[in-house]
Amino acid sequence: MSDYGVVIVSHVPEIATGVAALINEVATDVSVTTAGGTDEGGVGTSALKIQSAFESNAGQCLLAFYDLGSAKMNLELAQELTNKKVYLYDVALIEGSYTAAALLQVGTDLATIEAQLAPLKIK
Amino acid sequence: MLTVENTLKWLELFNAKIQAEKDYLSELDTPIGDGDHGNNMSRGLLAVHEALTTQSATDVPSILKTTAMMLISKVGGASGPLYGTAFLEMAKLSSTTLEVAPLLAAGLAGIQKRGHAQVGEKTLIDVWTPVIQAVEADMLDGATIETAVMATKDMQATKGRASYVGERSIGHIDPGAASSGYLFTTMLMAGVVS
Ligand SMILES: Nc1ncnc2c1ncn2[C@@H]1O[C@H](COP(=O)(O)OP(=O)(O)OP(=O)(O)O)[C@@H](O)[C@H]1O
Ligand SMILES: [Mg+2]
Repeated sequence: MSDYGVVIVSHVPEIATGVAALINEVATDVSVTTAGGTDEGGVGTSALKIQSAFESNAGQCLLAFYDLGSAKMNLELAQELTNKKVYLYDVALIEGSYTAAALLQVGTDLATIEAQLAPLKIK
Repeated sequence: MLTVENTLKWLELFNAKIQAEKDYLSELDTPIGDGDHGNNMSRGLLAVHEALTTQSATDVPSILKTTAMMLISKVGGASGPLYGTAFLEMAKLSSTTLEVAPLLAAGLAGIQKRGHAQVGEKTLIDVWTPVIQAVEADMLDGATIETAVMATKDMQATKGRASYVGERSIGHIDPGAASSGYLFTTMLMAGVVS
């Protein structure tokens, strides 16, 4: 499923890249890009950083995962600024993105992935 | 009614007020949030100020659009996409009307689209909503704004960072409500509503 990619959005750059490192281990063929922190590298989120994580992802359909509050608002803003298809999940960040990436790696279809993500919804 | 002159004056006064109250806004954000609201707004408004002084905008829509883009890209907290979307929606409508009430109503609709919050959830919406009602009735004054800001003190937050502290959010003024209070007091000072 090479047209699918995963995007990780966190308030902290190290969280975003850390989650990516964790899921890259099981999903070596899935494109994972991250947007962590503000443009200045501080704690927060940035719609523009998220937009570039969308654009630099090899996938055309993106499954996006985030940590807290404003991350979702900036994700939705970036969603309006991109031509890619972005699916946003209100699930636990680590478990959700890990599940999605592991399933993408073995070629699982989106409907099945979403069914597996459903019980992980926490927000 | 918005003009190029009073819109620029409004944003300049708002910037000055935010810079002056930066520490107070971050203090308000400390017990119920992450203590960064003043810094976030200060960074954003400084970028707005710089953009508006370097590019001499000649129409209201482009002033509002520049403001929106600066807030979206520079603020870094929830208030960035919220205020940014508000100014973006106002910018869009301002090519059709320059009347204050419909413009602010479009801004509020943008905030609600972005944050999905309702009145009473202890957010900036609790200031925008009564202010717009007062503008519509041609009755906006400083006291109306102050009352709306203070009313957030007794509310429990159910949206944003403050919702994580639950009942403990009661008893503190919402930082976003306070910064919106400044947005509207400076709007009065700039003579945008008259
Ligand atoms: N969903 C929402 N709808 C409307 N207003 C909100 C919402 N969430 C937060 N706010 C407003 O934003 C203010 C906080 O802004 P601030 O700049 O401190 O962002 P933050 O909450 O620290 O963001 P982040 O979650 O990225 O750290 C709150 O005081 C509240 O008025
Ligand atoms: Mg904050």
